Amino acid sequence: MATETGPVAAPGKGGDGDASKIIRFEKVVKRFGDNVVLRELDFDVSPGERVALIGPSGSGKTTILRLLMTLEKLNGGVIWVSGDPLSHMRKGDQLVTADEKHLRQVRQTIGMVFQQFNLFPNMNVLRNVTEAPIHVKGVARDEAETKARDLLNLVDLGDKYDAHPSQLSGGQQQRVAIARALAMEPKILLLDEVTSALDPELVAGVLDVLREIANTTDITMLFVTHEMRFARDVSHRVLMFDQGQIVESGPPDQIFSNPQEQRTRDFLHAIIEER
Amino acid sequence: MQWDWNYAADIMPRLLDGLVVTVSATLVGYLIAVVLGLAIALLRRSDNRAVSGTVRWIMEFIRSTPLLVQLFFIFFVLPSFGVVLSAFTAGVIGLGLHYAAYTSEVYRAGIEAVPKGQWEAATALSLSPGRTWFGVVLPQAVPKVIPALGNYLIAMFKDSPMLFGITVVEMLGAAYQIGAETFRYLEPMTIVGVLFVVVSIPASILFRYLERRYGH
Ligand SMILES: Nc1ncnc2c1ncn2[C@@H]1O[C@H](COP(=O)(O)OP(=O)(O)OP(=O)(O)O)[C@@H](O)[C@H]1O
Ligand SMILES: [Mg+2]
Repeated sequence: MATETGPVAAPGKGGDGDASKIIRFEKVVKRFGDNVVLRELDFDVSPGERVALIGPSGSGKTTILRLLMTLEKLNGGVIWVSGDPLSHMRKGDQLVTADEKHLRQVRQTIGMVFQQFNLFPNMNVLRNVTEAPIHVKGVARDEAETKARDLLNLVDLGDKYDAHPSQLSGGQQQRVAIARALAMEPKILLLDEVTSALDPELVAGVLDVLREIANTTDITMLFVTHEMRFARDVSHRVLMFDQGQIVESGPPDQIFSNPQEQRTRDFLHAIIEER
Repeated sequence: MQWDWNYAADIMPRLLDGLVVTVSATLVGYLIAVVLGLAIALLRRSDNRAVSGTVRWIMEFIRSTPLLVQLFFIFFVLPSFGVVLSAFTAGVIGLGLHYAAYTSEVYRAGIEAVPKGQWEAATALSLSPGRTWFGVVLPQAVPKVIPALGNYLIAMFKDSPMLFGITVVEMLGAAYQIGAETFRYLEPMTIVGVLFVVVSIPASILFRYLERRYGH
């Protein structure tokens, strides 16, 4: 875990303060032991943009989201969020590896929904959603609960405030997890295959909720998905990954109807066969 | 030798006084063991290697030496370093410390059984380390280990006669003194055995109930 990256010279004055990009990966390297998962990966995302990450298993999609959520430490390069370093902190005109305090501050603008929901089983639905606003942001309980009820209504769980996670279906749990992430009002929402642990008949409910969020908010979304229909409808841009590198990138119509790269075509074929 | 009911009735008050000492030493010692054990389990997960290493080494040391040696050390040796404790206090601290080495392992297993996804969800919500521990991890870990912790309460209760070694007149000590004065050991020792059973069995029933209630 504790892989050090030495100080890196900040590119340009005071680092790359390009706030027109909400996310910027700059030569990001991630290794697990000898396995180099990301090799100097560069890409950026504009505010409000919805980006679908697709690609074969093991291509590094989850790793990218986990790096952004600060669940993993990178081995090289810099990740910027709204022009501020996420993986690093400024020290004079140098960037040094972020400490826990810095991470705790910067990660607040980012929310994540996991494949396995990861709701807190010791709390009811309402408390799952209010826990962070109350204890991290210091929102008053009343206010947090009112907001949580609104969010739970948004995800169609207006009648489940008191339920415990174990009493809910997978689809319902995932919708609570979405409400829980939104309760912190993140600028960036990360979604890692949020429907792949669900029974097929529960997938549509979760995707509908995400469509609604996409249509009614300007939250930046990065999502890994195997639901190509959803990716096509919701994303502004699709990034096709293979072996930690972007093979092809473009608007969904182009990627899905007219992919330029053989690897993209192969991958899309394989996905269609699977269904 | 014949069982003498009158004699049994005569010595009962002294034995019950001993029982009170036994039960209070066990309860106070247990309180120390469950609180300290949790603190140790948390310290052992400290990022600071010096802290986690030292704590681990101390616990290893405590588990490898007999309780009686530790009690003797606290009661007879510490005074020469200026730490003078009453026999009861020394006994309770000894029991608590000794059993904390075991309860900390129980907590550790419970904490490790909390899925990694719970920690990650807490991180993704920016919960502080304190809130992650006390709002998320421990409320899941502790209920699951209540039965195992309960077993140590009963084990501790049965170890409490060791306190007689440092002059605490608990139940067995009282029985021994009565026997030495009257040369009749049958009644006091038998009654002590029965009293141990009478307390232990309801306690284990209580813990089995708690297990059903909270153990998921
Ligand atoms: N904690 C870890 N320890 C070691 N290797 C890891 C770890 N996490 C991921 N990897 C490796 O990193 C590579 C990329 O994994 P990642 O989970 O990012 O892929 P993915 O694109 O999300 O795949 P999938 O579609 O199967 O979810 C894989 O080779 C994987 O084995
Ligand atoms: Mg993945």
